[in-house]
Amino acid sequence: MSTTTQEVKQVEKEPLFGKKERRLITDPLNDNNPITVQILGICSALAVTSLVYPSVVMAIAVIFVTAFSNLTTSLLRNYIPKSVRMIVQLIIIATLVTVVELMLKYFNYPIYKQLSVYIGLIITNCIVMGRLEAFAMANKPWRSFLDGIGNGLGYGLILIIVGVVREIFGKGTLFAGSPLEMKLIGNTSEFFINTTDSTLFGWYSNNNLMVLPAAAMFVIGIIIWIQRSRNTKLVDIS
Amino acid sequence: MEALNVFIKAAFIENLVLAYFLGMCSYLAVSKSVKTAFGLGLAVIFVLGITMPINWIINEYLLSEDGLIGMDLTFLRFILFIAVIASMVQLVEMVIEKASPSLYTSLGIFLPLITVNCAILGGSLFMVSRDYTFGNSVAFGLGGGFGWFLAIIAIAAIREKIRYSNVPPGLRGLGMAFILTGLMGMAFMSLMGIDPAALAAGVN
Repeated sequence: MSTTTQEVKQVEKEPLFGKKERRLITDPLNDNNPITVQILGICSALAVTSLVYPSVVMAIAVIFVTAFSNLTTSLLRNYIPKSVRMIVQLIIIATLVTVVELMLKYFNYPIYKQLSVYIGLIITNCIVMGRLEAFAMANKPWRSFLDGIGNGLGYGLILIIVGVVREIFGKGTLFAGSPLEMKLIGNTSEFFINTTDSTLFGWYSNNNLMVLPAAAMFVIGIIIWIQRSRNTKLVDIS
Repeated sequence: MEALNVFIKAAFIENLVLAYFLGMCSYLAVSKSVKTAFGLGLAVIFVLGITMPINWIINEYLLSEDGLIGMDLTFLRFILFIAVIASMVQLVEMVIEKASPSLYTSLGIFLPLITVNCAILGGSLFMVSRDYTFGNSVAFGLGGGFGWFLAIIAIAAIREKIRYSNVPPGLRGLGMAFILTGLMGMAFMSLMGIDPAALAAGVN
């Protein structure tokens, strides 16, 4: 009798999707964003964001890997010896990345070709390993899974913002290469705003700097600036 | 001589951080003081210098079709490379913990994160795609590590100085580091056209 009431209490204490669980997903979107606050997972953010479409695919791949690696590690956390934990975690991640790579190869070959190296480099994306070390090794499976989804989403959000800025200003298009392709501004009649015969936009030309990787650094720097001036708690004191 | 060219190219012209933007996480997070940056830089040189030849041997004799096993096992490349890197990092972690506990605590979580430093795995993948010989892969590992070391020392020194400047509060620290790295990357882009082999031929 007493054990059943205890169980009921425990279930009441930990609802499947309560306030705490919601915070696990919403926190990484802003106040605890993996890229701008935790500084994890920047390499691929720089490399794939010159266009939006690859950024979206990359974001989905990373959400999948963070969620399921967090879940698997959390299930195994009591059986992993501390001294070899990194190797075990990396094998979990490498297996999941191989799954993602094969699925992408099957479903969308052109984007697979475009991303190929960077899909492999999800293994070394610090955000996956960082979350395993910081969260999944000490928390229960369901919460770890949500934490993985939240951090993947936070990462994807920044990736897509940077991709949108770089693609619009660098190429004048949006979602190039996907079925949703939009041509916004450019110097031929295919574009929505044609700069050759427009009197209003005649001065405009694409900014080639935005195509270079260095531009991603500037864009992320400015995102951090905006975020920290809105939330002064995040400002570095040092 | 060719190995020297590979070293110079990896360290300056095709710098892993500033030309390919690999290994950014620890580069940004540990560059607050020159002292810790120095320690991490040395650890990265060591890990790159050791893993590169080991991975070269694995790729040449285990994974390739005319290796010892005689099967095309290249789909296992990621898992084997990362296992080698992870075990080497664990080794370095144990050595640093014994040799210098203060450095160990100041590096904190970023020591295990050398494993997921894109520069290490990225370096090994570059080595495979560029068909380096054994000697060249050693030179590439040391040169790439040295380039990474130079870059992190440079940004750490700039960040130490910039603390006394009047940066807008929102940009202080991380935001400024991003923008500085972008500028340093653009500066290093001007080195990209230099070909050490052609230069050496011209001098002789």
